Amino acid sequence: MKDGFRQSMAWLHTWTGLLLGWLLFAMFVTGTAAYFQEEISRWMKPEVIAAPDREAATQAAITYLNRTQPDAENWFISPPSARTPTANVFWQPRKVEGEEPRKRRGRRGDTSATLDGQGQPVTARETQGGFFLYRFHFDLHYIPVHWARYLVGVAAMFMLIAIFSGIVTHKKIFADFFMLRFGKGQRSWLDAHNVTAVFALPFYLMITYTGLVTLATQYMPWGIAANYSQPDAFFEEVFPGRAEVERSGIAAPLVPVTPLMEVARQRWNGADVGSVRVALPGDSNSTITLTRASSGAIGSRGESIVFSGTSGDLIEASAPQGGAMATQSVMIGLHAGRFAGWGLRWLYFLSGIGGTIMVGSGLVLWTVKRRAKLPDPAHPHFGFRLVSRMNVATIAGLPAGIATYFLANRLLPLGMEARADWEIHSLFIVWGATLIWAIARPEKRAWVESLALAGGLFAAVPVINALTVPRNGITGLLSGDWLFVAFDIAMLILAVGLGFAARKAARATTAKPPRRARAIKEELATA
Amino acid sequence: MASRASPAPRYRLAVASRVLAAIPLNYALTAIATALLARHLPLSRAEATIAATLTSFLIFALIAMAIFHARSTAKVWLWMVGSTALLGGLLALSLQLGGRA
Repeated sequence: MKDGFRQSMAWLHTWTGLLLGWLLFAMFVTGTAAYFQEEISRWMKPEVIAAPDREAATQAAITYLNRTQPDAENWFISPPSARTPTANVFWQPRKVEGEEPRKRRGRRGDTSATLDGQGQPVTARETQGGFFLYRFHFDLHYIPVHWARYLVGVAAMFMLIAIFSGIVTHKKIFADFFMLRFGKGQRSWLDAHNVTAVFALPFYLMITYTGLVTLATQYMPWGIAANYSQPDAFFEEVFPGRAEVERSGIAAPLVPVTPLMEVARQRWNGADVGSVRVALPGDSNSTITLTRASSGAIGSRGESIVFSGTSGDLIEASAPQGGAMATQSVMIGLHAGRFAGWGLRWLYFLSGIGGTIMVGSGLVLWTVKRRAKLPDPAHPHFGFRLVSRMNVATIAGLPAGIATYFLANRLLPLGMEARADWEIHSLFIVWGATLIWAIARPEKRAWVESLALAGGLFAAVPVINALTVPRNGITGLLSGDWLFVAFDIAMLILAVGLGFAARKAARATTAKPPRRARAIKEELATA
Repeated sequence: MASRASPAPRYRLAVASRVLAAIPLNYALTAIATALLARHLPLSRAEATIAATLTSFLIFALIAMAIFHARSTAKVWLWMVGSTALLGGLLALSLQLGGRA
C-alpha cells in the first residue's frame, strides 16, 4: 500500500501487528506459562506429593474404573509420569438409545478423576492448575471453544504475516541485533522490538506456523473435504484404534494391562506408554489401545497399538508414518514441546518470554511513534487513546491477573462451591479492573500503577504461599523440593522485572520532541 | 497514495478493497488450491491431504503479502478473481472425474 516493497511490507507489519497484538500478547503469555503447565498444576495442588510407579498406577486406575464405571463406553487413562504425580482418568458414559452420543459435552468434572498410585481418588484442592493457562492459550475463556479457536487462528495467521513482513522490512537484521540503545525513547523501543524479534526469530516462525498446524484441520478442512466423504473417515485412516467397536452384549473380564504395556515399551524401544484407552470395558469385544508418551520423541502423534481386551492379543498397530504425516507430527510436537527435557524446556520458556516482550514492545512502539506526530498531544484522538489504554490493560493487566490466579489458589476457602471456577474468575476480575483503571487514570500514571500492582502481586505469591501451605521455597531448599524453590524464584524474578518496568515508566518523560539525527528518523519511517 | 496524516477517502477505499481481497477471497483461493493439491499430489490419499493442509498456511500468507505489495488495486482483483475462477474450474472438473473421494 506504499511505494516500494519494504515500505509496503512495513505498513502491513504495523497494521497486522496492531490489530491482533493484544490477543497475541495474551497467547504468548499463557502459552509460555503452559510449557510448565504440569509444574504449575503440581504447585497449585500442594497436597499431592506421591510419585508412583507408572505400570502399577495404571493397573490400579483400571481397578478403580472397573469398580466405579463398569458400564462406561470408554475409559481414558493418563498414567503418572516424571512431571505428573497422579493418574488422570476420564470416561464416556454408556450411550443411551435415541440420544446423540458423540457430541456429549458435559462438564469434565462429572466424568473424570485424579488417582494416586493405589487407585484412590486424590484429595486435593479443586483447581484447574496449569491446565487452565494451557487451554486459555488456544481456547480462551467465557466464549465457545469453536469460535475461540477461529479467533486464535486468525491471530496466528496475522502473526505469520507480521513475521514475514517484519523480516522483509528489516534489512539490517544482523547489525541491529547488536544495537540496544537504552534511554533513547522511541529508538529504544524500536531496538527492544528488533532485538527480541531477531533473538529468537526461528523460534517465532516455528511456533507460529506449527501453532496453525495444531488446529489445521479446523482452519483448512478443504483438503480433507476434497478427498473424503466424511471427516471421520480421514481420522480413522490416519489414527488406528479410533474406530468405534460394536458391543457384543456378552460379559467378559479384562486382561491385566501391565504385560501389554511391557509389549508396547519393547516395540517402541523403551519409550513409555502415554495414554490408555479401554473401549467397551467388560464386553467380550473390548479393546485396549496404548499410545506412546509424547515425552519419548519429538513427534507428537505417538504410535499406538490396539489389543483385544479379553485375550490380550495384538489386533492392530499403527503403520509407519509417511513423510507428510511425520512432518505434521513433528511440527505439532515442536509446538507443544512435550519431548523437551529441562534444559530445552527452559529455552522454550525464555523464547516465549522473548516473544511476549517482542509483541508488547511492538504495541508500545505504535503509540510512541505516533505520539510525537499528534496534532494536540494533550488531547489525543480516540484511536490513539484506545490503543494506549488497551496496551496498559493487556501488558500490565494480564500478568496481574495471573498472579491473582496463583494467590486465589492459596486464599479461596478449600471447601468453596465451584472453587476452581472462582480461581479463574478472580484472574479476569483483576484483569478487567486494570482495564477500568487504565481508562480512568492519566496514561502515564496508569502504566506506573498497573505495572507496580502486577509486580506487587507476584511478590506476594511466595509470602502468601508460605503462610498458607507447609511447602515453600525455604523448606524446599532444605528437603530437596525443587519445584517450590523454582516457583518462588520465578515469582520473585517476575516481581522484580515488573517493578523495574514500573520505575522506568515513572521516570520516562512523555512526548519527547523528535530531535534525533535524520538518519534515525528515516529508519524509523520504515519501521 | 495519500499520506498517512490525512487518509483520503480513496486511500481508505483502496485499503478496504485489498483487505477484502487478502482475507475472504484469499481464503477461498487458498482453500481451492489446498483441495486441488490434496487430490493431485503424487502421494497416498491421507499423505496428500496432510501435505496440502500443511502447505496451505504458507500459500495464504504469501498471497496476502503480494496483495498488499501490488501497485494497482485493479490488477490485484483481476489476478485474484482470475486465479480463483481458473483453479475453481479445475477443482470442479477434478471432483466430476472422481477418483480419490
